[in-house]
Amino acid sequence: MTEFTPFASFLGGTLIGLAAVLLMALHGRIAGMTGILSGLIPPTAPDWTWRLAFLAGAVAAPALITGFGGYAIPFHSGVPAPWLVVGGLIVGIGVHFGAGCPSGHSVCGIARLSRRSITATLVFMASTAVTVFIVRHVLGGLS
Amino acid sequence: MRNITALLAGAVFGTGIAISGMINPAKVQNFFDLAGTWDPSLAFVMTGALLVTFVGYRLVLKRPAPVFDTSFHLPAKKQLDLPLLAGAATFGIGWGITGFCPGGSIPALGLAEPSALIFIAAMVVGIALARITGNWRQASASVDADADG
Repeated sequence: MTEFTPFASFLGGTLIGLAAVLLMALHGRIAGMTGILSGLIPPTAPDWTWRLAFLAGAVAAPALITGFGGYAIPFHSGVPAPWLVVGGLIVGIGVHFGAGCPSGHSVCGIARLSRRSITATLVFMASTAVTVFIVRHVLGGLS
Repeated sequence: MRNITALLAGAVFGTGIAISGMINPAKVQNFFDLAGTWDPSLAFVMTGALLVTFVGYRLVLKRPAPVFDTSFHLPAKKQLDLPLLAGAATFGIGWGITGFCPGGSIPALGLAEPSALIFIAAMVVGIALARITGNWRQASASVDADADG
């Protein structure tokens, strides 16, 4: 069980949106983690510095909120390490060919009314729901 | 200056991911668990994010260029193709297994969570492998620049 958090989730969502608008206004870039991260994997993109800076900010913020703000950020992963490796490989391959992930497709892409992003979002939402159903209700969890 | 503003945008993104609950793999999986411990919170994340981005992009993209570049880098591809559909379907399997997506997992590194580190390491290998295969098949020489997100 996780607590239903409509207000915090909405507020967090508006910040994700604000970050996307800022990155577009200042750098002319889509705030998609797949695209940003890919440019940092060798052979790196020529413009790797802003990508690394964006990533550093994204990592630093939760650290500062918990470390200095004293605010506990709920986090739980009950997934065994081997499945994290399998899932991570699958995600990496998927987002590469799918040309994006929720940040790029479901926020930035849908906001641009991109047909590719709307379709990708519908496809991966369905695929994720089916996977969660199989993992939790058919297999009874991963071990 | 460019890197400072990118750092700040990243910090706003990371704060949003943390506050919204997207950082929490269990919460993400619960959003998709309609038959079990359903937590609809993530619908509110998407609503908030889309409201701001939908309006903000329209204001920003009216301008001739971004502040630190000569033009906006928008995906050129418009048509649906097999890699997009198969890639999205594949991604969903990994997202369902782990509860981690790229944008949710990177900020989780800031919580010093080992699960995020393991996931990200595997994801980076996955992207690198896919890129090698993609280049080998000559699918696209500059896949990253062409990424929609």
